[in-house]
Amino acid sequence: MLETVLFFALALLAVTAAIGMIVHRSPVYSVLMLIITLFSIAGFYVLLNAPFVAAVHMIVYAGAIIVLFLFVVMLLDLRHESDRFTLTKFSRVLAFIAFLVFLGEAILLVKVAFIDGGLDIGLGGQVSQLGDTPSIGKLLFTAYLLPFEIASVLLLVAIIGAVILAKQNLKPSQ
Amino acid sequence: MEKLIGLLIMIAVGVGLALVFWGLNRLLGPKSPNVVKDVPFETGRAPISASGRRMAVKFYMIAILFVLFDIEMIFLYPWAVVFRDIGAVALVSMMIFIAVLVLGLAYIWKRGALEWQ
Amino acid sequence: MADFIVGAVEYLSKFIFFIIAVLVISPVLTWVERKQSAVMQDRIGANRAEILGLRMLGLFHALADSLKLFTKEYFVPKGADRLIFHLAPCISIFFAVMGFAVIPHADTLIISGQPVEMQIVNLNIGLLYFFAVLGMAVYGVVLGAWASNNNYALLGGLRASAQMISYEVSIGISLVGIILVYQSVDLMEITRAQGDLLFGFLPKWGIFLQPLAFFIFMAAGIAETKRIPFDAPEGESEIVGYFIEYSGMGFGMYFLTDFLETILIACLTVTFFLGGWQAPFIDGWILQTFSDSTFLGIFQLNNFILTIVQFLAFVFKVCLVIFMMMTIRWTLPRFRYDQIMNLGWKMLLPLSLFNIVVTAIIVYFIG
Repeated sequence: MLETVLFFALALLAVTAAIGMIVHRSPVYSVLMLIITLFSIAGFYVLLNAPFVAAVHMIVYAGAIIVLFLFVVMLLDLRHESDRFTLTKFSRVLAFIAFLVFLGEAILLVKVAFIDGGLDIGLGGQVSQLGDTPSIGKLLFTAYLLPFEIASVLLLVAIIGAVILAKQNLKPSQ
Repeated sequence: MEKLIGLLIMIAVGVGLALVFWGLNRLLGPKSPNVVKDVPFETGRAPISASGRRMAVKFYMIAILFVLFDIEMIFLYPWAVVFRDIGAVALVSMMIFIAVLVLGLAYIWKRGALEWQ
Repeated sequence: MADFIVGAVEYLSKFIFFIIAVLVISPVLTWVERKQSAVMQDRIGANRAEILGLRMLGLFHALADSLKLFTKEYFVPKGADRLIFHLAPCISIFFAVMGFAVIPHADTLIISGQPVEMQIVNLNIGLLYFFAVLGMAVYGVVLGAWASNNNYALLGGLRASAQMISYEVSIGISLVGIILVYQSVDLMEITRAQGDLLFGFLPKWGIFLQPLAFFIFMAAGIAETKRIPFDAPEGESEIVGYFIEYSGMGFGMYFLTDFLETILIACLTVTFFLGGWQAPFIDGWILQTFSDSTFLGIFQLNNFILTIVQFLAFVFKVCLVIFMMMTIRWTLPRFRYDQIMNLGWKMLLPLSLFNIVVTAIIVYFIG
């Protein structure tokens, strides 16, 4: 009962905040809305009995990536960005097409889930066996060992890319 | 379920505490605005530039490195928990993983991205 | 009825811990800090506040300070973003308070035969939870700085948050060593695993098994709470910090957040490295000396006494760590900002990676 109530409350919050993020003209408020959305999604993971995923979601998305966003907003003087931002006719058309595509997807999803009954909404049973720390660790080092090592290379590339982008004209340290 | 209620109570207590501090101060504190107070606080002189100028890109550098090392750290946690159960495979694969990242750290060090200037 | 009593006692005990940790220690800390600095610098220190002629070594200053903050103007500067300006200190204090949810403060208490974990929320990912909450601490700083409409506040906020995220990496990676040794991210499990004795006389505490991680965690923890020698973001009287435009309780909340984070870091240092609530050598003696007869109708006598002793041991250790942090504060001079960044990225981060590699190899071969 409590889970159901919480699920709908969080769902409402997530969707509202996501819409707010897109609609709001101030970048900082958009980031704030995004934080709320991320928090509600972390709440879903908790409800799905996957505390490890929830914590990782909070640490990486809400803790690290949002901080990066906030830094960008502050570094680039985006306080008055909303004044400069105008919608052209072309972007309006594009936005409408994107809206139609997403609407179609949403209708399809709802149809499959509720009318065809093809999607098991009660993910709880499935996730609960995979959501805790030891089982994720075991999977990571048995079935997904190669992707895990590739991830380290990916991170290396990202580090190099970041340095090259931000520190282009820097001399090597002595 | 029990944990969920505990967390909810904790969230309520946290919000409540912040609201009490904020609300009591708004209630008890005087309000006496004046023109001089409204000027941004800067060494006693009028500010020569508006707030929100562009800041140095080095802060961005720190933030992006933080994101990358944060993700690395996330991989280390489940590894550390199951390390004893899996044994040699976990040891070797994590050594490779850490070696690749130390390579990255060495690169940014060498490039001078860690120098604060 | 029995269930109700169990629940009531459970919530009461957790509530007592919370109140002591959050609302008693932190105001007292403001006094301790002033008095300790005075003693260390051969001054008298806070001694003026009195109630009916009673001075109590100036202890009432803690009360007077907080009362004063409540009655000062909560001033919002003109160009500020009003909503975020009000929200930022609240966010700050909210996450500091949330951190206390997973601190285990005693072993299982048995009430009417039912075990109750002495931890506000018994999460099995406590360590990750703590880390997530720690990451959120940056929000309050950055948002407050941005909303103030002040160049210095913005710069101070960026410097503070850059420092915090730099040291967060070191904190996180140093704790991997602890997980390697105790094989859990559950703070209660980690504390329990520290109950055994090493070679028959040394408690199996984190500080003995992970000495390097302890130093990294302490250094990074102090940097995370922005205390001297890492207080470049605040520098109370000399450097302009991110809360320069805040007054009254707005400032008070940032101030309290710092103290709460100090307590939180101390609690976690104790949990990870100093055996948490473990009271070695005494616990066995208590269990033997007292019987397990019923006490006050719902408790077992020896279990009840043990829980109290463990709680006191935990509080004592936390106070010891806080005392150490304050002593460091009044001993070392402030680091320059580039030194702070260098220490974080060039010293602590490589050292913590080194610590993991060495620990993993030792754990692999010794088991």
